[in-house]
Amino acid sequence: MIEIKNLTKSFGDNLVWRDVSFEIQDGETTAVIGKSGCGKSVLLKHLNALLYPDEGTVLVDGKCVFELSYSELRKVRQRFGILFQGGALFDSISTFENIAFPLRYFTDQGEEEIEHNVLEALSMVNLEHAAEKSTSALSGGMRKRVGLARAIILKPDYLLYDEPTSGLDPRTSEEINELINEMADSLEITSVVITHDMHSVLEVAERVAFLDEQKLSWFGKTEDMKHSDNKNLIDFISASEYQINSKSA
Amino acid sequence: MISNLPGAAGLKEFGQYAQLLYQALRSSTEFSTYRKNLFQEFVKVGYESIPIIFLVGIFTGAVLTLQTAYQLDTDIYPSTIIGSIVAQSILIELAAVISALVLAGKVGARISTELGTMRVSEQIDALESMGFNSVSFLVVPRILAGLCMFPILYITAGVFGIIGGVTAGALDGILPAAEFMEGARAFFFESDIIFGFIKSIVFGFVITSISCFKGYYAFGGAEGVGTATTQATVLSCIFVLLSDFALAAILL
Repeated sequence: MIEIKNLTKSFGDNLVWRDVSFEIQDGETTAVIGKSGCGKSVLLKHLNALLYPDEGTVLVDGKCVFELSYSELRKVRQRFGILFQGGALFDSISTFENIAFPLRYFTDQGEEEIEHNVLEALSMVNLEHAAEKSTSALSGGMRKRVGLARAIILKPDYLLYDEPTSGLDPRTSEEINELINEMADSLEITSVVITHDMHSVLEVAERVAFLDEQKLSWFGKTEDMKHSDNKNLIDFISASEYQINSKSA
Repeated sequence: MISNLPGAAGLKEFGQYAQLLYQALRSSTEFSTYRKNLFQEFVKVGYESIPIIFLVGIFTGAVLTLQTAYQLDTDIYPSTIIGSIVAQSILIELAAVISALVLAGKVGARISTELGTMRVSEQIDALESMGFNSVSFLVVPRILAGLCMFPILYITAGVFGIIGGVTAGALDGILPAAEFMEGARAFFFESDIIFGFIKSIVFGFVITSISCFKGYYAFGGAEGVGTATTQATVLSCIFVLLSDFALAAILL
């Protein structure tokens, strides 16, 4: 379980959010939503201490990630897989090598085993045919799927998705949503999805955290969103092209 | 506030630079992390710089010979003095400094652009999130390659500088190659080479560490990478010249 407690973050004089607290339950998918620039990705990067807060703690299975030594932190980080917004693929190596990369450095697997695991990860994201492609030859959706294959290759306990459907067409977004659900079901992974795509939220998330006005404005179950008396949340949902009532009813 | 005081931003940046160097020093023991990158950097910093260093050396030596001959166009000095002046100038100063200024553009710009692009496209975050020590993986091999390869490039520039000087002197009818070399040998001191070596090691460190620092902490998309690269190149050139002066004051 990940417990976020009283987290406050600012960059210089700019406060991002203050006193954010909520819990991410094991085996569940939690979505963090909010307007662009409200600090969703910043929050995500606190979960494995890629960023440090001004105040507050993030406990992963009871241990505060900000108090760990660097070597301990690196072990904790390996329990997380992250799908970055643009994929964050290493452009100097092939798709296959991108996914094999963590295996080569952090496991004792031989070449055959690495190949088997990489192809298995690629087949999970329906990209078996793209193994030898250069990453520059991949489309936006393919880059995200390769990023996802790389994120799951070390079999993490937690999967963090940073805007997994942004910039994608509706069909590809749908595929990514299906993949998020498949990962959660087949790998029994705890997931955190950063997004402002309400369609995606309703498809994948069991709980929702809404960041607004530099604080956690609402947190609860996805199906409770429409009954919320939080005006900003309702406005945010209404502003979405997606008709929430038709999906979540 | 202290952060508003003049010079505070520069001081903060220097602190960040020192912190990165400290992390790099601590991470330098993780050889297995950066072994592969180190050999790639040896090739990129050293081998791939040889063509430009060849040109720098040849033309520096040639121009220096022609200009020295022009300035000493009297019967007071023997012609061999041209070889002495050219060879010593190249070995003490020009082979190291001009090479470093050129390499600040070639090697420094490449390093800051590579790391800056990795930073803004979240590749460095991806490395860290996988459990890599990104400083060990990216910064250490680049600085080590600078420390190891710059002295070799200095010697290369020195050799080609003297060849350029000899060739220009002979082709322009200023002095035969044998006389040039006689003059060069007459004032050849091993300490000059050692001085050049020390300089090139310092320049290698200055250029690669500043470029790594600027690239590693780049922000703001493509424009941010451009700014980081420009700053890396300009700062590298400035600190090459400053350290050149400091070393000359201390060691000569």
